[in-house]
Amino acid sequence: MQNGTTEAAQSASQAPVISANNLDLTFQTNDGPVHALKGVSLDIEAGDFVSFIGPSGCGKTTFLRVMADLEQPTGGSISVNGVSPAAARQARAYGYVFQAAGLYPWRSIGRNISLPLEIMGYSKAEQQERVERVLDLVELAGFERKFPWQLSGGMQQRASIARALAFDADILLMDEPFGALDEIVRDHLNEQLLKLWARTEKTIAFVTHSIPEAVYLSTKIVVMSPRPGRITDVIESTLPKERPLDIRDSPEFLEIAHRVRDGLRAGHADE
Amino acid sequence: MRQAFVPVLTVVVAIFAIWYVAAIFLNSAWAYDKAKRADVTLSTSQLISDTWSQDKPKLPAPHQVGREIWKTTVEKKITSKRSLIYHSWITLSATLLGFAMGTVFGTLLAVGIVYNRTMDMSVMPWVITSQTIPILAVAPMIIVVLNAVGISGLLPKAMISMYLSFFPVVVGMVKGLRSPDLMQLDQMRTWNASSAQTFWRLRLPSSMPYFFTSLKIAMAASLVGAIVGELPTGAVAGLGARLLAGSYYGQTIQIWSALIMAAALAASLVAIIGVVQRVMLRRMGMS
Repeated sequence: MQNGTTEAAQSASQAPVISANNLDLTFQTNDGPVHALKGVSLDIEAGDFVSFIGPSGCGKTTFLRVMADLEQPTGGSISVNGVSPAAARQARAYGYVFQAAGLYPWRSIGRNISLPLEIMGYSKAEQQERVERVLDLVELAGFERKFPWQLSGGMQQRASIARALAFDADILLMDEPFGALDEIVRDHLNEQLLKLWARTEKTIAFVTHSIPEAVYLSTKIVVMSPRPGRITDVIESTLPKERPLDIRDSPEFLEIAHRVRDGLRAGHADE
Repeated sequence: MRQAFVPVLTVVVAIFAIWYVAAIFLNSAWAYDKAKRADVTLSTSQLISDTWSQDKPKLPAPHQVGREIWKTTVEKKITSKRSLIYHSWITLSATLLGFAMGTVFGTLLAVGIVYNRTMDMSVMPWVITSQTIPILAVAPMIIVVLNAVGISGLLPKAMISMYLSFFPVVVGMVKGLRSPDLMQLDQMRTWNASSAQTFWRLRLPSSMPYFFTSLKIAMAASLVGAIVGELPTGAVAGLGARLLAGSYYGQTIQIWSALIMAAALAASLVAIIGVVQRVMLRRMGMS
């Protein structure tokens, strides 16, 4: 079971990790059809950090959920690691971080992180080793025996990221993971996430509302707009891989932020 | 603790006061009757003391009931047929067996309803219908039918307890097993968890607060079921039998002491579940 991930990754090492082609998704509601995604095409290469930004209803979360096989597209095609999202999910190809940490109150932090490992059938010793490793990775070493309510919101979200990292998925899908946290905590977590990304060389798809967050984190920023949900601009970041927090005051950063803002405004203008 | 003491005491005192006053009014007719026949006039204090000490009062005073309970629990050997503890045990054993059966049956039904669409559509109406039938009408039939196939004693009474106690468990557990939100279920899906894994690791633990609340109701219902099961069958032992015998012979004090005993039993059983609930949910971080 655990080998499936790496095999799939190897066979698709050259091809894009995620490849969407003319993707459509229409929800049938009582008020008529809602076009959550229309004609969405995008390639995500291995090791990319891709942010999806746009107003609510632009389909950014829906797109992420399609990659995760949590929604089924009604048209077009998408592959994850060279296979269908369903096959990728069954091969445990990705870790998904939700908006809320979603830790189980009846499990300690360590046991929360080992939950997916238990489900995937890792041995006790292996679980223990992995829990320690990922706790270290998110700087929560020593909190293994604490319970979720004993941790701050930011620490809980870090624990949930650790949980998504615990099994060796090389894709990380993150749906506004820091949306509910305050600015200072968010800055800190962004910095940590970048370090973590550099160390683990994961491919990350990251949904956000915040322009500075998107620009600071990403190698590629995908601007989306609503009704119907579509991609209006894809911006390749020119920022270096090494990014201290004060890079956000550099002219280069502001220029990219400006382009993102223009893209968002353009999406709104044609309503 | 201290803050609760005064209000609780006030209510208890008020209840006893109302009880004593009601005893005077309800029993005075008989007191006047006796006085008239003996051709004496009663002073107020004589009247009051008579209404509180009759043999077969319409409403026995609290101290009469208290004395009867004392006599039939502490002063009687437990093996005696007149010991209230002996009768309570008979009822309690049927209650506990029925409660256990009802809890297991109710939980299984709830699992079926949550996991099986056909059961979801078809079972619930029957479950609700079952509770609209007066238990007093069903109880004799269950006892007679089971007797005809050679089952008597504890089990038929436990069946009636089960009939009443599975209902709150089904309703509570269906709600509880469905309490994980969409995000938590999606999360399980991203890990490609099986239904069984989702059940044991997410749905069942999430349902615990609902489970314990259901158990409290089920326990009280179960005791009622056991008592009702003793009524129509001419049972010779159990709190229900005490109630019935008391009403045959106009032994109101006996009826009331059995009633108080039943209430105390129910209260202690529910309290025990409450303690387990508190300890368990605190340990699970859900209180």
